[in-house]
Amino acid sequence: MTVTSAEDMVFVQRVPAKVLPPPVTQVGAIGWARTNLFSSIRSTVLTFFTAGVLVWIAVPIIQFLLIDAVWSAKDPTACLPREGHEVGACWAFIHERIGYFTYGSYPPAERWRVNLFFLLLAFGSGLMLWLDAPRRGLGAVYFFVVLPVVSYILLSGWPLIGLPRVETDLWGGMLVTIVVATVGIVVSLPIGILLALGRQSNMLAVRFLSITFIEFVRGVPLITVLFMASVMLPLFVPPEFSPDKLLRALVGMVIFAAAYQAEVVRAGLEGIPQGQIEAAKALGLRYWRLNSSIVLPQALRITIPNIVNSFIALFKDTSLVFFVGIFDFLKTIEVARLDPKWSGPNTSLTGYAFAAIVYFFCCYLMASYAESVERRLGRADRR
Amino acid sequence: MADIENQHAEPGGNAVEIAGLYKWFGTFNVLVDVNLTIKRGERVVVCGPSGSGKSTLIRCVNALEDYQRGKIFVNGMELSTNLKRIDEVRREVGMVFQQFNLFPHLTVMENCTLAPIHVRKMPKREADALAKKYLARVKIPEQADKYPGQLSGGQQQRVAIARALCMNPRIMMFDEPTSALDPEMVKEVLDTMVELANDGTTMVVVTHEMGFARQVADRIVFMDAGQIVEINTPQEFFSNPQHERTRLFLSQILK
Ligand SMILES: Nc1ncnc2c1ncn2[C@@H]1O[C@H](COP(=O)(O)OP(=O)(O)OP(=O)(O)O)[C@@H](O)[C@H]1O
Ligand SMILES: [Mg+2]
Repeated sequence: MTVTSAEDMVFVQRVPAKVLPPPVTQVGAIGWARTNLFSSIRSTVLTFFTAGVLVWIAVPIIQFLLIDAVWSAKDPTACLPREGHEVGACWAFIHERIGYFTYGSYPPAERWRVNLFFLLLAFGSGLMLWLDAPRRGLGAVYFFVVLPVVSYILLSGWPLIGLPRVETDLWGGMLVTIVVATVGIVVSLPIGILLALGRQSNMLAVRFLSITFIEFVRGVPLITVLFMASVMLPLFVPPEFSPDKLLRALVGMVIFAAAYQAEVVRAGLEGIPQGQIEAAKALGLRYWRLNSSIVLPQALRITIPNIVNSFIALFKDTSLVFFVGIFDFLKTIEVARLDPKWSGPNTSLTGYAFAAIVYFFCCYLMASYAESVERRLGRADRR
Repeated sequence: MADIENQHAEPGGNAVEIAGLYKWFGTFNVLVDVNLTIKRGERVVVCGPSGSGKSTLIRCVNALEDYQRGKIFVNGMELSTNLKRIDEVRREVGMVFQQFNLFPHLTVMENCTLAPIHVRKMPKREADALAKKYLARVKIPEQADKYPGQLSGGQQQRVAIARALCMNPRIMMFDEPTSALDPEMVKEVLDTMVELANDGTTMVVVTHEMGFARQVADRIVFMDAGQIVEINTPQEFFSNPQHERTRLFLSQILK
């Protein structure tokens, strides 16, 4: 064994080491490409393959939707194929029927009411989704009390104050899709919370009823629930109150969504440590206060992303209400595309592309929101 | 004021009376014929090996656990399955847990005022004043607006003590209040508890802190396998333990 000299064991820095700029592979476009796209032969091959697939898919789509598209036209013949000239998407069709897609057969003179409803709803949703909004209590009162009443009066009409009645048979398009989705979401959540609590109740009867309801509804397709609501609901109420078609569909939608919300909320409830509940009990808090002040605020917070995800599913599921004779957004497109006036070869494809873009846009917005909340919760947990 | 409060108490002035208590978890007999009477103003330390039923015993006293045989009286009220009675008893008994169990979504202040406002129906302003008083007493008045997650373990446990005190309970129960703390924070919590004891609060403390037991306990209860095997004064308990299980336990814990 060699004896290390004193100099080897002790070190004192005489000249500070120089800090260097990062090598090219670390920064800029080249660095990024090198580490992410071409770090090895395998990744290079995959990069080219992916690029190829993208081009193969994207080019015809762009060609169809943008380059060859007919943007506007006085008459529908512009969308018909001509000698030596490709025609793509017929946006002129969408342009002409956009009113129908948005309002259905709502009387044109009254459509400002729908627009006002959209505005009020957007404002309310903004208040609800903005977690740090000041006076959230007031926001909730607006959203859950003021908004439903005002919207109902606005959309159905109230002749006494000069708003002519508009039967729900005339409602359609995006208006119906948004009404069904919003009512489904807003009403199903509280019911879902009650069902989730019921499922964990100490009272056997309550637990049995909750579990039966949840499992039954989750075990059948939405269409079945919708049919049952529209056929069976009138049997339970006196004929003079016969609920209209839209209301029946809404009830079906709410029943269906509530069962799923119940399971989402239950997962959140199960994430609350037993110690929280014991501490609240030890302080003398009773069941409702314990749940409303301690358990639910924590459970719902961690569940927000999942709740939004189930809203996304619900939003897409609204397109099934056309089975019970309601003209939602997709159904209006379905009807309009068969209009002989627009008999061009690409009318249907354009209609469906439009529907896909609109649905995607709405769902993507919701998903981004869920993701941002999730990131924020992640940060809060690390605190 | 104190006299008016005293009128509620039974003539004997017992804070807790446990008689012939049995409890089973499934077929496992956790508590076996437990008999214990705690006078008002008394400080009782409960100790014993892990799994001997200490937590279960004190959790029975405020109905966090049910039991199958025997009787428990808190301040003269018999604990029964009657929900109203359970609420009454819980208002009389403050509880501090090993894991603090503060409500993470509420500020320290809100943690302290929640129960006074909703259980005691106290006006918010009065509850705030009360919370400030007890936060000052546990020496963290400046943390009132923080969230529990922003505090150290020792501070959190002191908030938990203040939260329980805000209900003006007649009895304070502690279940290993310092076992989840880093060593350097144990002292601040024990000091708070010693102060409480010096103020004459009735206390039941499950702990392995023998120094604390020696300093404040009027009596030490030693449990083993679900039974109370010895109750003694601290002097006797440490210098002249009677039961062989106690001697064995002490020889292990004091090395
Ligand atoms: N919910 C439960 N279900 C079944 N058995 C339990 C339950 N809670 C506790 N036990 C058992 O009861 C016995 C007593 O538990 P208890 O928590 O009262 O002991 P302890 O004296 O507080 O122990 P420690 O010092 O570890 O906290 C243990 O054997 C434990 O495994
Ligand atoms: Mg224990």
